[in-house]
Amino acid sequence: MNPSTLTTSLTIQDEPLIIAGKSFTNRFLLGTGKFKNKKDLAESIEASGAEIVTVALRRIDLERHEDNILEYIPKNVTLLVNTSGARNAKEAVRIAHLVREAGYGNWIKIEVINDSKYLLPDNAETIKATEILSKENFVVLPYIYPDLYVARELVKAGAATVMPLGSFIGSNQGLKAKEFIQVLIDEIDLPIIVDAGIGFPSQAAEAMEIGADAVLANTAVATAGRPALLAKAFAMAIQAGRLGYLSKLPVKKDLASPSSPLTGFLYENDNTIERR
Amino acid sequence: MITLTQIKQILTDHNPNTTENLALESAKITRQFFGRTISLYAPLYLSNFCSSYCTYCGFHSHNRIQRIKLSVEEMHKEMSYVAKTGIENILLLTGESYNVTPTSYLKEAVDVTKNYFTSISLEVHPMDTDEYRELYLNGVDGITVYQETYDRERYQEVHVSGVKSNYDYRYATPERAAKAGIRQISLGILLGLSDVTEDLYALYQHLCYMEKNYPGVEYSVSFPRLRTIKGREFAICDIDDITFIKIICLTRIHFPRVGINLSTRESPKLRDHAIEFGVTKISAGSNTSVGGYTLKPEEDQDPQFDIEDKRSVAEIVQMLKEKNFDPVFTDWRPIGNELTERR
Repeated sequence: MNPSTLTTSLTIQDEPLIIAGKSFTNRFLLGTGKFKNKKDLAESIEASGAEIVTVALRRIDLERHEDNILEYIPKNVTLLVNTSGARNAKEAVRIAHLVREAGYGNWIKIEVINDSKYLLPDNAETIKATEILSKENFVVLPYIYPDLYVARELVKAGAATVMPLGSFIGSNQGLKAKEFIQVLIDEIDLPIIVDAGIGFPSQAAEAMEIGADAVLANTAVATAGRPALLAKAFAMAIQAGRLGYLSKLPVKKDLASPSSPLTGFLYENDNTIERR
Repeated sequence: MITLTQIKQILTDHNPNTTENLALESAKITRQFFGRTISLYAPLYLSNFCSSYCTYCGFHSHNRIQRIKLSVEEMHKEMSYVAKTGIENILLLTGESYNVTPTSYLKEAVDVTKNYFTSISLEVHPMDTDEYRELYLNGVDGITVYQETYDRERYQEVHVSGVKSNYDYRYATPERAAKAGIRQISLGILLGLSDVTEDLYALYQHLCYMEKNYPGVEYSVSFPRLRTIKGREFAICDIDDITFIKIICLTRIHFPRVGINLSTRESPKLRDHAIEFGVTKISAGSNTSVGGYTLKPEEDQDPQFDIEDKRSVAEIVQMLKEKNFDPVFTDWRPIGNELTERR
């Protein structure tokens, strides 16, 4: 979807999302796990217009050729294979090698999780894997717990984006880590893609409003009664949030603020002052 | 953690609303964490030689059944048959004979298995960490080892002789497997052996201990119910369907991300319902005899337990699709297991 199609009287100037030199107009990334059937997945990709879709290598059926998940992902969509199941950097690297050998390109989302209860990413191992794979010319999109120092290390290690979690994966709890994601948005000069925990379109809009470059959702869409409808709602909410961000939203205030400034009388004769 | 008293209250509550509410909550959690996907696996018995005497088991050392161990050639035949059904997750089983099916035999079996399946689990005799490490490096992803019952006294009564009669060695088995790097570990209790409340509580404690100390492992649990076998010689306490379903729901509610397996020893009706609210992995097209898929006619087979759900893999897939589930064949990919440094 192109933002400029929203209205005929207002042309919105927005830059595309650029990852490793590749340009995307849609800022919604869709994950492919947990769908009840692959038809729902295909419809969700189409309805949302997602241009980047993530797939776990462990779920790609390399041997059987019927009902392979990849058949349901259009060729013009960028495939982002993730390293789900990797418990450390070494395993993530081996999975990435398999991805490349199998001919699924060089875009890799690093997921290193060594905790089956909370499924929190291991930031230290993620940095190691990013370092190795970037040197091997992979386009690396690391999934992390939002931490400024880690994000800086990832920049140095050659990451293409930083993907902080919004909250626990699959939890639908939204932007629990909002303040820390905001720090990454403000300080890191790479696209910030909010990943994990985003359960409602409104939460995705919130992430975009604070300046995230894109949002990834999976569980919410896959487990919805009508997945394609929710996928579209996400894409629209992300677009709305983005427009909100571009509009330079009014800042939230803790106290009521008078519409006539208290000190306005001091500047009554000064026309150079911009009035709020 | 849920207390023993709370488990007892729920299991002994005869109000149908309690069961329904448990099922509703459990279904909700299952869908949130697993979506509408069900993983499929099949068991493949390599040998029924056993040096342990467990009174409830069809393979026990005193039982007069024909003892068989598959040769490499026979393994190929059996595995090729199962692989053609589409199964990618295989569970290799043996009796517990350290002499007839030693680690070297299991390694040989794993080498054959790698030609046919993407994920390999073992349900064999408990081993030491070094042996698990050897098997892990050879390509084994999962270990299944049930304590059967956590009631020490009852444990000694039913595990009369052999290595299995050592309660503590068995209890520490999941830990040894985890130390060796094993990726998936399945725990379980054999329902009907002892007091179900106590056993369930002890299993939860075991699971909590493992999760805390070995967080990188993917855990699953099974609740096999005792079935009739040839030559069984002792009484069991029956676990009815309502209690059984409550056990599944309680487990899901308290361990949201843990896999719950259900074998073909349960009826099609129960299995078809159980996948709605907690079970995440089921076997399909199973045979529980050594050589049962291709080598021996049915009338000559000595199964470890009788199968209630005799549907083929294709029929199970059909059922899952009709019930709006995505059957998952591939859930792991061999990445070449290596030693991992524990931090």
